[in-house]
Amino acid sequence: MSSGFFVQYGGEVATLTLEHLWLTGAAMLAATLISVPMGIALTRAPHWAKPVIGVANILQTIPSLALFGFLLPLPWLGERAARIAIVALTAYALLPILRNTYAGIRGIDPAVLEVARALGLTGRQRLFMVELPLAASFILAGLRTATVTCVGIATIAAAVGAGGLGELIFRGVASVDNRLVLAGAIPAAGLALAADGLLGVLEKLTAVRR
Amino acid sequence: MPSGIQFRDVSFRTAEGRLLLDGISLAVEESSTTAVLGRSGSGKTTLLRTVNRMIEPTAGEVLVAGQNVRTADLITLRRGIGYVIQETGLFPHFSIERNVGVVLEAEGRAKEERQRRSRELLGAVGLDPESFATRMPHQLSGGQRQRVGLARAMAAQPGVLLMDEPFGALDPLTRAEMQDMLRALLDRLHKTVLLVTHDLDEALYLADRIVLLEQGRLVASQTPEEFLRSREPAIVSYIRAFHRGEHQAASHGGAQ
Repeated sequence: MSSGFFVQYGGEVATLTLEHLWLTGAAMLAATLISVPMGIALTRAPHWAKPVIGVANILQTIPSLALFGFLLPLPWLGERAARIAIVALTAYALLPILRNTYAGIRGIDPAVLEVARALGLTGRQRLFMVELPLAASFILAGLRTATVTCVGIATIAAAVGAGGLGELIFRGVASVDNRLVLAGAIPAAGLALAADGLLGVLEKLTAVRR
Repeated sequence: MPSGIQFRDVSFRTAEGRLLLDGISLAVEESSTTAVLGRSGSGKTTLLRTVNRMIEPTAGEVLVAGQNVRTADLITLRRGIGYVIQETGLFPHFSIERNVGVVLEAEGRAKEERQRRSRELLGAVGLDPESFATRMPHQLSGGQRQRVGLARAMAAQPGVLLMDEPFGALDPLTRAEMQDMLRALLDRLHKTVLLVTHDLDEALYLADRIVLLEQGRLVASQTPEEFLRSREPAIVSYIRAFHRGEHQAASHGGAQ
């Protein structure tokens, strides 16, 4: 790519990268706030686990372009493309975080939970002192999977005008300009790799030798 | 705070209708050690777990220090009862010191107090605080972990100690060391102990009273001396099952 290209598009790439980060970040935050409490609740009522995780599973099988399309005519949501993108990305992020929160807590040595109860830790203490710390690396692994997936899916959000790096890709495809496609694709791949690396480190740091 | 345990006609039936405890009445004297023997599935663990209400009896009542456990505040009740199990259940993400002090932490006691108490208890169970306090559970051997489990159970100075096969997973030599350590500790601290075990020798060595359960029913509650002399068929067959090796060796010796 020539330096002229950078001069022309550098600022736009930076803006779109930030937009991309915002869309993905907001969706991850929303998905975590929904999925972690829901995953915890499911460990208290395991007979609900299968149906609830099943619904999250189905959400994930909807093709992303179709999901963006479905949300488009909805009131309030449809007014702003970014809203649609964040809601759709949140839907995709639910499953990995939910499933890992549930599995992470369910996988704790039953003897540890038994003793925590028998020694008189309150429900809240068991959750915050024992269950969440022991499940943390699992939850982060779910968040990592969700983030990497959603950084990719977020490029498609440009199809409904939500912005992000997908915009360069779509424009490049339309104008048969590979430089534009790469100007969107390379930073998007970089974001995914960075998120993967960063969350991977956090995951390792919170891992507990059982 | 010393305290005894009373079981009054305690029964427990599972949701599927299996009767695991069948009208057990028993008084565990204050500051004494009672061993509960019986084969697997005889209801030993179930009986133990009614004391700290990990299981609610379906009939009858359990009293600790004269108070019905059903009406006691659950958290206070459990914090006042030490609990040791075969699998230890140490918190793998806590240091040894934090594991020992976890009940004090749950009670909101100051860090200095928790540390002091943890180190004191590690010493009492034969682990050098200097070298063990900051280690993690996975760095310890089975016997050492069990010592930490015992220290943790005693941190809040409970009057009652419930022990479910505490040394069952240990090799015979380590087990004997642990039994010596426990005995010395109990001689000093005077806890009311309910000890579930398969091991007749452990019961004879540690207990003031031996209780035998069979299919959820109490078939004997005697001193170790009475237990060994008993002609009760259930007791005789239990003792015989345990000492088969000795009889076998003795008869071989006689044949030579």
